[in-house]
Amino acid sequence: MYDASTRMTVTVLLFASYAEALGAASLDVELDDDSTVEDVLAQIRARPGADRLPPAPLVAVNQRYAGAGSAVREGDEVALIPPVAGG
Amino acid sequence: MTPLATLVRAPIDVLALVEAVSSAANGAVLLFLGAVRQVNDGRDVTGIDYAAYEGMALRELQAIAEEAAVRFDSADVRIVHRLGELGVEEVSVAIAVAHAHRDAAYAASRWVIEELKRRVPIWKREHYVDGTREWVDPAGRVNAEPVR
Repeated sequence: MYDASTRMTVTVLLFASYAEALGAASLDVELDDDSTVEDVLAQIRARPGADRLPPAPLVAVNQRYAGAGSAVREGDEVALIPPVAGG
Repeated sequence: MTPLATLVRAPIDVLALVEAVSSAANGAVLLFLGAVRQVNDGRDVTGIDYAAYEGMALRELQAIAEEAAVRFDSADVRIVHRLGELGVEEVSVAIAVAHAHRDAAYAASRWVIEELKRRVPIWKREHYVDGTREWVDPAGRVNAEPVR
């Protein structure tokens, strides 16, 4: 049994081609309290359709680009960012 | 006062944007417009729909306008990006830049559109004459690196 206080649920926002690949605009992932962006990506990679994502997609935490080692905390807004194409 | 950056779902009022940056101090006023092209990568396009991570896109656009003022000697910048469905020739992005002198205005205008294309989380899906639709990856990259 695990201690519920050491786990958290984080909602990951998906857009454009990534939302299509995973069939959802957002996914909830369950993580340990001291998790990183890489841990989020590991959970996403296990989902159906994730084979259509690049090996290292861009990630934003709280609307700022974040590296794989960045911390993710309860309540953070996490998003996977497909290759941008504005303009 | 016009905000530094805006996301809109209706045609962009480009003259209002020019007026927003025009002032007695600014001898040079530039307007850059990005519009939907009929042919992309050799394929006939009938329209584009633009989607965004709106909160972050607005934050990045504002940051770009603020950074431009620092980099280009207080250049006055306003950016509007349109979202939703656009037809060929419609304006998807408008960037107004004003400065006392033209050199800084031209440099700032060019820098702003390149930064926008590099880092603002906006995506476009092209609609083709055969009825298919595809999300565009401008760089064709499959292994993107963090941009900053």
